[in-house]
Amino acid sequence: MDAQNLDLAYLALAAILFAIGGVGLLIRRNPLVMIMCVELMLNAVNLTFVTFGKMLNDITGQVIVFFVLVVAAAEVVVGLGLVVAMSRRRPGADADDLRLLRG
Amino acid sequence: MVHLIWLVPALPLVGFTLLWFFGKRIGEPLAGWLGTAVVALSFLTTLVVFAGLWNEPDHTFQVNYFTWIPAGDFHVDIGFLLDPLSMAMIMFITGIGALIHLYSIGYMHGDSRFPRFFTYLNLFVFSMLMLVLGDNMVLTFLGWEGVGACSYLLISFWFEKEANASAGKKAFVTNRVGDWGFMVAMFMAFFTFGSLNWTTITSQAPGLAQTTATFIAVMLLIGAVGKSAQLPLFIWLPDAMAGPTPVSALIHAATMVTAGVYLLVRANPVLAASADWVPWLIAIIGAATLFIAATIAVAQTDIKKVLAYSTVSQLGYMFLAVGSGGYSAAIFHMITHAFFKATLFLGSGSVIHGMHDEQDMRRMGALRKVMPLTAFAFIIGWLAIAGVPPFSGFWSKDDILSFALHKSPILYVVGLIGALLTAFYMSRQVFMVFFGNARWGESGDAELAALEAHQTGAGDAADTAAAGSHAAGADDLGDATAADADAGSVAVATEHHGEHVTPHESPWLMTLPILVLAFFAAVAGVLNLPFSESTEFLNRWLEPVVGANQAVVDESTLQLIVELTISTIFALTGIALAYAVYMKRKVDHRKIELPFLYNGWYIDHGVTVFMGGPGRKLFDLVALFDRVVIDGAVNGVGRLSRGGAARLRTVQNGYVRWYALMIGLGAVLIVAFILTQVSFS
Repeated sequence: MDAQNLDLAYLALAAILFAIGGVGLLIRRNPLVMIMCVELMLNAVNLTFVTFGKMLNDITGQVIVFFVLVVAAAEVVVGLGLVVAMSRRRPGADADDLRLLRG
Repeated sequence: MVHLIWLVPALPLVGFTLLWFFGKRIGEPLAGWLGTAVVALSFLTTLVVFAGLWNEPDHTFQVNYFTWIPAGDFHVDIGFLLDPLSMAMIMFITGIGALIHLYSIGYMHGDSRFPRFFTYLNLFVFSMLMLVLGDNMVLTFLGWEGVGACSYLLISFWFEKEANASAGKKAFVTNRVGDWGFMVAMFMAFFTFGSLNWTTITSQAPGLAQTTATFIAVMLLIGAVGKSAQLPLFIWLPDAMAGPTPVSALIHAATMVTAGVYLLVRANPVLAASADWVPWLIAIIGAATLFIAATIAVAQTDIKKVLAYSTVSQLGYMFLAVGSGGYSAAIFHMITHAFFKATLFLGSGSVIHGMHDEQDMRRMGALRKVMPLTAFAFIIGWLAIAGVPPFSGFWSKDDILSFALHKSPILYVVGLIGALLTAFYMSRQVFMVFFGNARWGESGDAELAALEAHQTGAGDAADTAAAGSHAAGADDLGDATAADADAGSVAVATEHHGEHVTPHESPWLMTLPILVLAFFAAVAGVLNLPFSESTEFLNRWLEPVVGANQAVVDESTLQLIVELTISTIFALTGIALAYAVYMKRKVDHRKIELPFLYNGWYIDHGVTVFMGGPGRKLFDLVALFDRVVIDGAVNGVGRLSRGGAARLRTVQNGYVRWYALMIGLGAVLIVAFILTQVSFS
């Protein structure tokens, strides 16, 4: 497999991962799993950044990955905090139970 | 010294504020003295300012204190324009105002709302000064509305009586029609000049397109007609006599009603730039008003109603002067009229006071014996308004008549007939009130009965006419005048049977201001004697304001003398006729005092009937339009957004994954859109 095909394979993998994450986010109701799906999507994006960075021979793609990692870490903190708060109020609650703000 | 101008309106404002908050605590008579003192101080300041104004170039001084309404390029400032015109106006406003304040202390003695009366009076003086001094139309309009509000408050000052309250409302509503004209003129002036400053307007007016100038001039005329009680909007002024007499003297004779004339004189360059028919229209309105009002005054029996119609008539003279291009003559007559009409009104107030609130002239007579000072002043006022030389009214009226003759002989003749009628109805009033036999007290009833009996033989025609007037009054539609019309011309003797009054002279507080005003009514003619350039002080003084557009009347001395003689003859004829009818009883007075005239040519009645019938329907239609179209549009917008929101709210269902799907779909749509727009080459 030559270098170009390898890059395309990475992009395809990233797309598959992103789709799995997206579909998981939409169909699962456990908040913990939903956060994991979001992480999956974020990392799929990271993978594309790195791949494009290599394809275009540009370091920027790899630099941005670090930013994404940091932001993702912060996001997980908030997300897990929400999960803890949820399960304290009602053990076993899923995301669909939180619909007080519906129109 | 001229910088003290801000004190002139500020002092009455301070007086108003103090009386508004502490009036009740200050009480009678101190509240009255406070109100008088601030206006008197304001007058003294005016004199100082006047002395200072001599040194200003063109006798004009402009000052800007601060920006009141800033809006981009457009701004309205609080600033004063002190030129010869406004100077002349504020002199007599504060001067006569102070005297009438003093008089009111005596007149309003014992009234339960004594301090409130002076609160309003001070507010009125302040508003009037703002009207005159304002250097832009908005400030003038502020004063314009201020005096209107005070007029309303003071006409219905004794609001316990239904008629007084409705008279106030009538004045307010009628004035509103005129205010509309002023406002439209203001919008148009802003649209045209981009500024509302009087100096900008007057300096740029000569270069104005004729149609624009005509439009502004006509709208200003509508405003002036409303405020100055000209045809067809004069109907409110006679009813305004429901207010206390000092109010009638100050607001409805000397100052406020002249605001319309002031406005037209102030805007004289606009009038000059407008079509030729605009001055003609003004002159014709003036001439028609002066004639109609004078004929109505002949038949009135209420002592104040005569003076009210007389005021309308004299304001007609001022309009005639403005229309004939005699701006200085209009101001001259305005000043002399302020003096003699204030004298007459205060005199009538003194009579009413002395007769214990009796206003019917048929219950008076021979009062000169019991009220000598009032009678003396009143007679001077009478001679002045009747145009007897050398009193002030003679000179000012003749000034106007010479301009009218220059414009058109027809206007001159109408003015002369008006002068004759003026002399007639004023003499009638003086003879009925101060001369003849006493028709009050013990002998009064017998005297009245004898008079009636004497005249019943005069003919059936008069009787039927009188009865007709009574019927006409009865079916009037609840109008303010209808109450008076009902009191009608037939049964006076029985009406007041039993209550005998003992008239007395008024206290010095009241007679002093009348005598001072009477003095000025006698001598104010020296302001503008027509004999030579050097004696026309007022003409020369007003030159910077009106000089450019003033009609030039070139008269030979002979012509002048002929004119003066003709006016004198007409005035004396009027007096002689009244003497024959009311002193010598050569003619039955009921042949002159026709019900048609007594009811004011049925103009008021006509307005009432129209507004009760077709007019009412028209306005119902307008109200319907308002409800269906205007309200419909507003409510429709509300209903639309409510209905839309009810449908749209279902989108927000509370499921996080639903939101996530929406976000995803949105992102896909946006990306798809961008991909279709961008080409990768």
